Amino acid sequence: MNTADFKVLTGEMVEQIEALLPRYPNKQAVTLPAVHIVNAALRHVPLQAVVEIAEILELAPAEVQDTLTFYGFFKQDQPHGRTRAWICRSISCHLRGGDELLDHLCQESRIRPGETTEDGSVTIEYAECLGACEHAPCILAGDELHKSVTKEDADRLLASWK
Amino acid sequence: MAEFEPVLLANIDRDDSHTLRGYESQGGYNGLKKTLKKCSPDDIVNLVKSSNLRGRGGAGFPTGLKWSFLNKKDHPIYFCLNADESEPGTFNNRILMEEDPHQVLEGIILSCYATGATTTYFYLRYEYPHAWNRVQQAVDECYEAGYLGKNILGSDFSLDIFLHRGAAAYICGEETGLIESLEGKRAWPRIKPPFPAVEGVFRKPTVVNNVETVACVKQIVDRGADWFKSMGVPADPSNPRDAGSYGPKLYCVSGHIEKPGCYEAPLGLTVQELIDEFGGGVWKGRKAKAAIPGGISMGILSADEFDCPLDFSGPGKYDCLGLGTAAVVVMDETVSMVDVLHNCCQFFAHESCGQCTPCREGTSWALKMMQRISAGKGRLMDLDLILEIGDSIGIIPGTTICGLADGAAWPMKNAIRKFRDEFENYIKETNPDGCHETVPVPALNLQASH
Ligand SMILES: Cc1cc2nc3c(=O)[nH]c(=O)nc-3n(C[C@H](O)[C@H](O)[C@H](O)COP(=O)(O)O)c2cc1C
Ligand code: SF4
Ligand code: FES
Repeated sequence: MNTADFKVLTGEMVEQIEALLPRYPNKQAVTLPAVHIVNAALRHVPLQAVVEIAEILELAPAEVQDTLTFYGFFKQDQPHGRTRAWICRSISCHLRGGDELLDHLCQESRIRPGETTEDGSVTIEYAECLGACEHAPCILAGDELHKSVTKEDADRLLASWK
Repeated sequence: MAEFEPVLLANIDRDDSHTLRGYESQGGYNGLKKTLKKCSPDDIVNLVKSSNLRGRGGAGFPTGLKWSFLNKKDHPIYFCLNADESEPGTFNNRILMEEDPHQVLEGIILSCYATGATTTYFYLRYEYPHAWNRVQQAVDECYEAGYLGKNILGSDFSLDIFLHRGAAAYICGEETGLIESLEGKRAWPRIKPPFPAVEGVFRKPTVVNNVETVACVKQIVDRGADWFKSMGVPADPSNPRDAGSYGPKLYCVSGHIEKPGCYEAPLGLTVQELIDEFGGGVWKGRKAKAAIPGGISMGILSADEFDCPLDFSGPGKYDCLGLGTAAVVVMDETVSMVDVLHNCCQFFAHESCGQCTPCREGTSWALKMMQRISAGKGRLMDLDLILEIGDSIGIIPGTTICGLADGAAWPMKNAIRKFRDEFENYIKETNPDGCHETVPVPALNLQASH
């Protein structure tokens, strides 16, 4: 394995990962939590981070990579935007304008789902059911759930994310 | 109906319902204290068995019976709380975790005491950050108060609860997909048997239960098995395999409804009652056309089937798959069933884990055909091709490892069989003379061996 000269995991990330080890009977179980820790800090999980996680967990990098890529959730090439907005497209939101909302946000920010605006502020994603169907159509942006979102609300949100 | 008092949702409107102090002020953790003093683990297993509680996560398996399958000779025993709630239309677990997390935790602690589990992994879906914070706070409070950790309340029972975060994959809700994901692998469901009770996470005996199930355990410990059995639908005496549908249930209703929300009622409420008495009727004064009875995996009811009771055996009598999560999604008369089926196919093609060829290929071809139909290039024969997929993927026909494929099949079968005229008219209108112009899709012979 070709190891880069510089490490991408900070001492703090390594500490956070190692603190989880006693919770599980083997190290592999910390794969997903470790990937989440890196992703929360770097907004993506580059290959070099995979190598370093594998080293901590005593796994082959391919094992970590295999698990990571199973979830379509983690970006590897480039960080996602400072705000990552998940627009629900499942049935209850679909019935109340979720698809139109997703189209609208893509058009206004001139990107397609999965892409990030040029200034790095926003990534638009479609989501399957966010489990907030009583508030359809809804958007999860960062840790915040936006309920019964209209196009006007969406414009305001987009402006606040810039 | 009138005398029914909600218990699972009794406290959610209180400002402090999510705090330990608020929970204790309503008698919270008294059941646990009493249990640790006076009851053996087997007492609790027997209590839950005699209540006839069935799992609320979708499959409806009797909880006490599942616990009694555990291989108690093999240690440690693990408990996995299934909080991956991702079935479209479903949000009752989220409300419990956000508004009354201690009720869920007390249910877990009691369930672990009963089963001898010493570690719980609380597998919580990524999309619930607020629930995550609330549950983590509640867990911290429990450690401080001595409800978790070593020698709980001075007894010789010890338990840890660790939160584990998912990564936006529906398949992690399938219990063995959850286990694989927890182990740090792809969430590929396992072939069963062995069931988790014999060989689960880290190859050890494991209990997997849903959030609402453990909340019911807590209520049963407080109120008794007879209270639980005093409501719901008794077992059908002519069907020895029917275990009955007892207890309160959290029903979700969303879509084209005046008052979308989560409502508590005894099992056996009909779809019509849920819509009228809780949901405030179909929105905008319109008529209903159809509804999903328990998450999209369960299929579709037409409006003239709304007398369907939402108990474990009700939806099956209306050609649906089952009760599922009891999440009803209402569709008004303006809805196109072509659209609805397209949306369902899109979900399952996206969420199939890809392990079984019939599911991976079947869900993605069904979506391609629905895209073609929606785009006005459909052929009448596509409908039969989709039905052929629907009839041949899943555990029921015996072609796949897990039930995601059955869930994918049911909307296909119900939508096309119950609304065939609408599909045919749509195709004829949007593709009046071009029915044979598109490149034919070869029939998928899913059950053929290779
Ligand atoms: C594709 C699929 C997804 C599932 N998703 C969930 C889920 O999100 N939450 C859940 O509790 N059960 C889910 N289940 C059911 C679980 O496999 C399992 O039966 C359940 O967690 C057992 O708990 P219970 O007996 O308390 O219901 C799912 C099943 C399948 C086939
Ligand atoms: S049925 Fe589908 S989701 Fe389930 S294991 Fe097979 S491919 Fe995966
Ligand atoms: S369908 Fe959008 S939150 Fe459930």
